[in-house]
Amino acid sequence: MTAFVQAPVPLVNATRFRQAHESDWEELDRIVTAIERSGVRGVPEQSLLVLPVLYRSALSSLSVARETSLDKSLVAYLEQLCTRAYFQIYGVPTSALRQLGHFFTRSWPKAVQLLWKETLVAFVLTAAGAIVAYLLVRNNPSWYYVLMPDGSSQGRDPTASVQFLKSTIYGGASTDKQGALAFFATFLFTHNAQIAIFSFALGFAFCLPTVGLIVYNGLMLGAMIEVFAAKGLAYGFVGWLMIHGTTELYAIMISGAAGFRIGLALAFPGRQSRADVAVAAGRSAAIAMGGTVVMLAVAGLLEGIGRQTVTSDGARYTIGIAMLLGWFAYFYWPRRDDGAVA
Amino acid sequence: MARSPKPVSASATLRRSFVTPEGVDLRIELGSAGARAGAFMLDLLIMLVVLIVGTIVIGTTAVVNESILLSGLWLIGFFFLRNGWFALFEMGGRGATPGKRIIGLRVVARDGSRLTGGAVIARNAMREIEFFMPMSFFFATIVQSGTDKMISFVALVWSAVFLFFPLFNRDRLRVGDLLAGTWVVQRAKVKLGHDIAASLAQSDRPRRTFSDHALGLYGEYELQTLEQVLRDGDNDAIVTVAAAIRRKAGLPDDHDDYGFLSDYYAALCARLERQMMVGLRRADKYAETTRDRAA
Repeated sequence: MTAFVQAPVPLVNATRFRQAHESDWEELDRIVTAIERSGVRGVPEQSLLVLPVLYRSALSSLSVARETSLDKSLVAYLEQLCTRAYFQIYGVPTSALRQLGHFFTRSWPKAVQLLWKETLVAFVLTAAGAIVAYLLVRNNPSWYYVLMPDGSSQGRDPTASVQFLKSTIYGGASTDKQGALAFFATFLFTHNAQIAIFSFALGFAFCLPTVGLIVYNGLMLGAMIEVFAAKGLAYGFVGWLMIHGTTELYAIMISGAAGFRIGLALAFPGRQSRADVAVAAGRSAAIAMGGTVVMLAVAGLLEGIGRQTVTSDGARYTIGIAMLLGWFAYFYWPRRDDGAVA
Repeated sequence: MARSPKPVSASATLRRSFVTPEGVDLRIELGSAGARAGAFMLDLLIMLVVLIVGTIVIGTTAVVNESILLSGLWLIGFFFLRNGWFALFEMGGRGATPGKRIIGLRVVARDGSRLTGGAVIARNAMREIEFFMPMSFFFATIVQSGTDKMISFVALVWSAVFLFFPLFNRDRLRVGDLLAGTWVVQRAKVKLGHDIAASLAQSDRPRRTFSDHALGLYGEYELQTLEQVLRDGDNDAIVTVAAAIRRKAGLPDDHDDYGFLSDYYAALCARLERQMMVGLRRADKYAETTRDRAA
């Protein structure tokens, strides 16, 4: 039987608990909402100072609520409040400028350093591809047409005359073509950067597609060199290639190496779990690859503009070698270990 | 004793333990595959609009100025739209692209640490082989008639394998998430519901008291379902639930279903919480009251 009595309702824990802490939660909710809407800058310093305190008190409220209260709405509210506050306190990356600074001073060179073995492998694969293609084309020039994709050689094939080949190497730009040069540079950059991203991402399939890309890159290189070398233009052609090629090929090798790293981590995880190794490899390799986009932008400028305006062999070699040494020094110069690989 | 299966809602299966450095489990909710796909589609749509508007603006200026430099600008713009859209937005403080923000999703590192640039680049570089590369093959072969239709078919299958990948793992991870150590969580924003027991206490109408038998019928699960019914305020549900409780407890109908349910709720809640304080918990009506082992 139910009976009606004139007495206060039994207070449940949630009621007492809400009365004691609700203002704190509301304050935290207000600050977090403001940060979510307009970022840290849109919130007064006073609020930022109390944020961690309020966050910890909300966390402890959540723990207490879970153990003592059956008010589902209260627990759900505190869960989402704490989660949102957590991401604002722990999950937010540092400012873009500091991230960028850290990227260039620490994390990128370090990520490339970690890839030195894979980079060496990528170099050997490229060189092997180049040598094989060189020998193939020297013994039988028809190989050239097998190796090179249609239309990419623009007449630079074994049948071309010395005169023509020479003009492709030393043909400087007239001033009215400056706009075309810049366009050419951006085209080369976006094309090569896309290749760099592919060779990273394709490493996921246990390195195989990346090996293919890197070797093929070497094959094209070797075939081209042979065409010019057969006409006695090797020195000039290599200079034509070197001015940007040291940067460009190096960048492609690094991004290939990044692909190798994730492929190897997935194929041979060693003692750790495959997922953990993949994450560690993926993050650091991605940094190395992300940086190659910058290298390829530099290479695009050197190729699109520098090469067309600098036509002496000596200057081209000097620029190419200086760039390579510069990159080496930048990446492999020993630096203090600050622990974190971003 | 036969224990009937407890209904598991779809969202319950996407709850994951997520322990903060302070040692509290936040039990975050992952974004469902549907929400992820929706956000991706929104992003593609916005990117397409940006691409079209950008192309028109650059195209008309280029024609007016007869400048080839601007087509270089277009190339750069296209490159950054394709490769940078997702990465740059996710590196920002919100950890979400515009599409994700609209749907209410957020990219988070699985270990709870800061979302680093490396992780964001990794998860979005993989998008290239998951979607953009096969799709560009697909459209290239569609546009050029006479080329091998096999390639477009292979490209579709290839892309489908990756696009459906999140459905085949528990945590709805993309290949990119797998490699970057990230996952995508639902950004819930819940208002604090009103305190049912407290609002009862404020009104000075007489309240019902219940016998031990009537209060012993249900456990925590039923209590919280009742709480949901009271908060939703759906009249049909209130009538049905009130009738069910009265029938079980053998109580007469007093024609005030809402008042009856809120009184019953307050009484049951107070009782269960009292037991909880001494370590006695009862999960649902099928369970016996058990002593909390953790305590």
